[in-house]
Parts: sequence; structure tokens; C-alpha cells
Amino acid sequence: MPYPASVPGDVTTTGGFLLVLSVVIPVAGVLLAFVLGGRQAERVVLATMPLGLVIALAILVTLRQAGAPLIYLLGGWAPPLGVALRADGLSAVMMAITAVVIGAVGVFARVDFRTPRGSIEARAPFAFWILLLAIWGALNMVFLGGDLFTLYVALELLTFSAVPLVCLDGRAETLQAALRYLLFALLGAVLYLVGTALLYGSYGTLDIVLLSRRVHAEPATVVAAALMTAGLLAKTALFPLHLWLPPAHAGAPAAASAVLSGLVVKGSFFIVIRLWFDVFADLPSFVLAQLLAALGAAAILFGSVVALRQERLKLLVAYSTLAQIGYLFLMFPLAFDAGSTRLASGGALAGGLLQAISHAAAKAAMFMSAGLIYAALGHDRIVGLGGVGRALPVSVFAFALGGVALVGVPPSGAYLAKELLLQAASATEQWWWAVVIQAGGIFTSSYVLLVLAHALAPADASITLRAPVGRIQEASAAALALCSLLLGLAPWQAYLPAPDGIAPSTPALEALSASLWPLLGGAAVAILLGRKGDRLPRIPLGQVVAATVGPARRAALALSRPIERIDNMLRQWPAAGLSLLALAVLLGAALLAASR
Amino acid sequence: MSAAIVFGLCGAAVAGLGLYGLIADPRPLRKIVAFNLLGSGVFMVFGVVARRGAASGFGGDPVPQALVITGVVVAFSATALAVALLLRLFQVTGSATLNTEAPAGTGTDPADA
Repeated sequence: MPYPASVPGDVTTTGGFLLVLSVVIPVAGVLLAFVLGGRQAERVVLATMPLGLVIALAILVTLRQAGAPLIYLLGGWAPPLGVALRADGLSAVMMAITAVVIGAVGVFARVDFRTPRGSIEARAPFAFWILLLAIWGALNMVFLGGDLFTLYVALELLTFSAVPLVCLDGRAETLQAALRYLLFALLGAVLYLVGTALLYGSYGTLDIVLLSRRVHAEPATVVAAALMTAGLLAKTALFPLHLWLPPAHAGAPAAASAVLSGLVVKGSFFIVIRLWFDVFADLPSFVLAQLLAALGAAAILFGSVVALRQERLKLLVAYSTLAQIGYLFLMFPLAFDAGSTRLASGGALAGGLLQAISHAAAKAAMFMSAGLIYAALGHDRIVGLGGVGRALPVSVFAFALGGVALVGVPPSGAYLAKELLLQAASATEQWWWAVVIQAGGIFTSSYVLLVLAHALAPADASITLRAPVGRIQEASAAALALCSLLLGLAPWQAYLPAPDGIAPSTPALEALSASLWPLLGGAAVAILLGRKGDRLPRIPLGQVVAATVGPARRAALALSRPIERIDNMLRQWPAAGLSLLALAVLLGAALLAASR
Repeated sequence: MSAAIVFGLCGAAVAGLGLYGLIADPRPLRKIVAFNLLGSGVFMVFGVVARRGAASGFGGDPVPQALVITGVVVAFSATALAVALLLRLFQVTGSATLNTEAPAGTGTDPADA
């Protein structure tokens, strides 16, 4: 149900008030929690959560019954004078997954962010609960906003609520990470703002539907498209603009990391989709689509290799996010229709969005279980994880489930996404992206398996847990991972555009066995590149394998070193700033080359 | 050259200066000031858009001006947040720099300029 083609545009539809509620209720919750303060803040937020979930579900149901996008005109003024909120299938499913992830994080965080007995108000819990709700409101605004300036404000609200979450514990390195995140995000946001100014100057409106009818390739539009896209990529942390992501996502408390990694980066990604599938639908060129996916492929390579070389579990998970963000951008060339030179909203778009949704649930679960392991052990060095599998079985199980869901084992959402993307790759005869998609699956399984191999190995000495792990925390992480694993069974046809229906083409058993070989490939990559302790993790025949793969491992490590060095270089401010500008120029050039 | 073009070029120049400062200057406070400069340049461009887009008989299109006011509020909040973070960083470390010496065992990389 993509929305540009036939939107009446000037009426509020039945159920339109739900859209307003989904933004107003979190914002009202923020204000109420702020005023009541202290212990009440947590209660207000937890009371808001089921309400928000019900609204998200109501929007899903209403949308399905109506069969057309829901619209709400603020104050009854129609665009271009007024501002519209619109929900199509894409917004509805993103809002639903946001509600689910935020709810699970809320349950998880009750233990970590409890206001201590005897004190009226503690800074970190108070800030956390309010910011969590603020992120929710901002995300709903991003998914519903019908004009580009509303989206700008929503995106900034999202950044402002996300940045303080990074430095809740107030340590110097998290403060630095937060400041770096904020400054780079602001740079991206300004580029986006310049783009909106240029578009308004050219077309006299910022309404997405009206713009999609008026936009045509001319210099000002091309410059606007290039600047806005580059700015959004900086906020999404697509390679090479990822300088802020690893320290921010790895340094934040577990509950915050789960939201930042699972949801916040999806906000700007969603606006990229809105721009290229709606606003600039007539603009894309073959080169542009290939360029975006090439950056995605580079992100997969760099993110995965650097993840495998990390010493700490949370940094590994953060770099895995980097790789998964790259995966999301592979859909652009697959959605590109060479005949009409448009991005078609078909299976590729559905696959990309499904990947984003599955990643949201799976990555949140993985960060939550990594946080539990960290809290229990007092460290999260990957080579020191031996024995954790026995001490914290449910946490490790949740991590494994999340990992398996990300790898794309049926019936996970990632599996369905991969199927859709591969179908699109073969339909458009772009075998090279099929190779990248498969390689991405192999890399994903490699770092998941690396962690599991260490976690399931026996302990060197009996490990003592620093703190008991909350059952409810483990349960919420496992539930979220399970949700990602079962996403493939949800009725997506009603919401995501897929001409041939969204159903796996191969029988379940065959699909299951086909999904095992990326795991085998991943095991090989993990053996070649993964960090090792003093001794090998217990893989079957570990000693024999070690003897035979020694030289291969040395060669692989020699190859990985330059990758780590380049990653380190790109994460310096001047390098990242210049790559942002260079990327904007490249995107513009790719568009101009097509328009003449 | 009309007034709008001069104004627009000035806006572009101010934005360019801000962009240079934001990328090239390593000191966080200068980066924050540079961001404000960059923002002001962009708001000037919005002003030009308002002048050029005005229907005959009007001095300016009001919509971009409304957008600028919102933009100013957003930029103000961003600056406040950034300065608060910077002050806090200064309290904790005694220096206001984004250069991290890797603390032992945390695995962060040195020289995150």
C-alpha cells in the first residue's frame, strides 16, 4: 500500500484521529512524567506503553479495513497550506514494531532504572524514562509526518532524545561519545534543512504527496536530493559516516543501546525511503541506486570484519549494527526499474523494510542479553565469556535466538527479507547483489557463532556472578528475540508492497537446510578472523582444524588489518566530515549524469 | 545583481564558513559556534526563498519565515544540549576536547579526534 498514486489528500479519513493520538499520547506522557517527577515518572511511562501499543494495533487494523492510507489534516487545513499526517502500510508496521520494542525495553529497564528506595528522585532513571517516551513520540512523528519540514523537526527531536541516553552514566568517554554523536547528527540535519529550503524555493510546498507530483530533474532539485540524502545517511551511520555509532551504541546502558541500535537509526532510514520512493520517485538513476548499495556492501564488509576483531561483546554488537545498516541499503538497486528509471515499490522495498523490522527486534534482544552478561560478569571481554552458557543460560539463549533470527533462518523476518531481496535480484538480473546478500548472511553468522562458541565453552575457573540476573529481564530479551524469529509468519501482504505476494517459494524443510550453509560459511569465517583466548573455543575437532587452517588464518588476519586501519581512519572527524561532503557531491553527480 | 541574490550569496558564504569550522576545527566549543554559523547561513537562504517565492504584491512568502522560526528554536535547543554536554565533560575530565586517550581495557580506539 504505497501512498503517492491515489491519495485524495484533502480529507481526514475515518480513524485519522488515531494518528494524532499516537503522537500526542507519548508527548503528553513526557510532560506528565516531567511534572510529577521521581518515582511517578516510571509509573507514567509504564502506563503509557500498553496504551501506545493498542493505538499502533488499532492503526494496523483500521488500515487493513480501509485499504487506503489513513490521513489526518491538522486543523482541517489541506496541504500545501496545512500539514497532513499520513499512515500507509510502511508507517503502520514500523509503528507496530516500535511499540513492541519500546514495551520490551520498558519491562527490561524496570530493574536497571528503578528509583532507589529512600530517594525521591534519581537522575539517571528520571532521564531514562522520559527520554524513552520522547524517542517513541519522535519516531511515530517520523513515520507519520506528511511533509518534509515536519520530518526535519521529528528527526531533530529523535536525536535530542537519543543523545542524552548515550551518557546516562556520566562517564567521560560516554560524554565524549554523546557529544560526537550530537555534533555529527547536527551536521547531517543542517544538510537536510538546506535541501528543504531549496525544494520549497522550487516547488512552493514541502508536502510529500504534492512534491511527488511536481518534482522533476532540475539543478536545484538534484542539489537538494543529494544534500538531504547525504545528511540522512550521516544520521543513519551508513559507512563511511559511522564515526559516532560504535562508541555511542557500545557505551550506553543496555536498555538504551537496545533502543538506539534497534529503533533510532531506523528513523532516518525511513525518511530516506520516503524521499526516494515518494518525493524523488522520478529522479533516481542506475548509478545512484548502485552507489547507495555499494556503500551498503562496504558497510557489511567493514562492519563485519571489525566486529569479528573486537575484544568486547557490546562493541561487537555495535559494529554488527553497522553491517546490518549496510544490508538495508541493498534494496535500492533491486527496486530500480530500468524501464521507467523509477524506484518501484515492490518486493525489494518490502524486503528492505522487513529487514529493518527484524533487525529492530533482534538487535534490541542482542543488546539486552549482552547487557545482562556484562552486568553479571562485570566485564564483557569475548574471550573471557567461557562458562556463561552454563551460568546464564536464558541470556545466552536470547542472544543466540536473536543472532539466528538475524542470520535469516526460517521462519524469521530476516529470512523472508532475504528471500524477497534475492527474488528481486534475480528478477532484475543483478547477480552481484545476490552475492553480497549471501555474503552478508555468512558474515552475520560468523560473529554470532564466534560469541556463542566462547559463551558455550567451559569456564577456565568457576565464574562467580557479580549480581543476580533478573528473570523478567532475561524473559523480555528472549521474548523479543522470539518475536524476530517468528516475524516471517506475520501477514505482511496487507501492508507491504509485493506484487507476487510475500510467501517463501521453497518448502519449509528445504528452506531450513538451505539456510544452514551460511552458518557453515560463517563458522569458517569466524575461525579465520575471530578473536581467540589462550586456547581455542571448543568447536568440533578444534585442534585438527587449527592445525590445518593456521596459514589461512594468518593470511585472513593480514587482510583484515588494513580494513581495521581504514575504519580507524574514517572515524576521525575531518575524515568523516570530508566523506560526508564527498558523498553529497557523488550523489549529486550520479543524479546529474542521469538527467542529461 | 538584485538584493535577493546578494543576500543569498552572503547566506551561502556564512554557511560555508560554518561548514569549514564544523569539519576542520578540533575544539568542541568552536564546533558548536560553527554549527550556529552554518545554521544562520541556511536561515538566510530561507529568507531569500521567501522573497523570491512571494506572490506579486507581497513583500515575502510567510511560510519560509515560519520555518525559520521553528528552525531557530531547534538550533537553539541543539546548542543548549551541546553546551550542557560540553560543560559536563569539562567538569568530569577537566578538559574540553573530543580527543580520547583510550582508557585501559575499554577497547575504544585512541585518537578519536
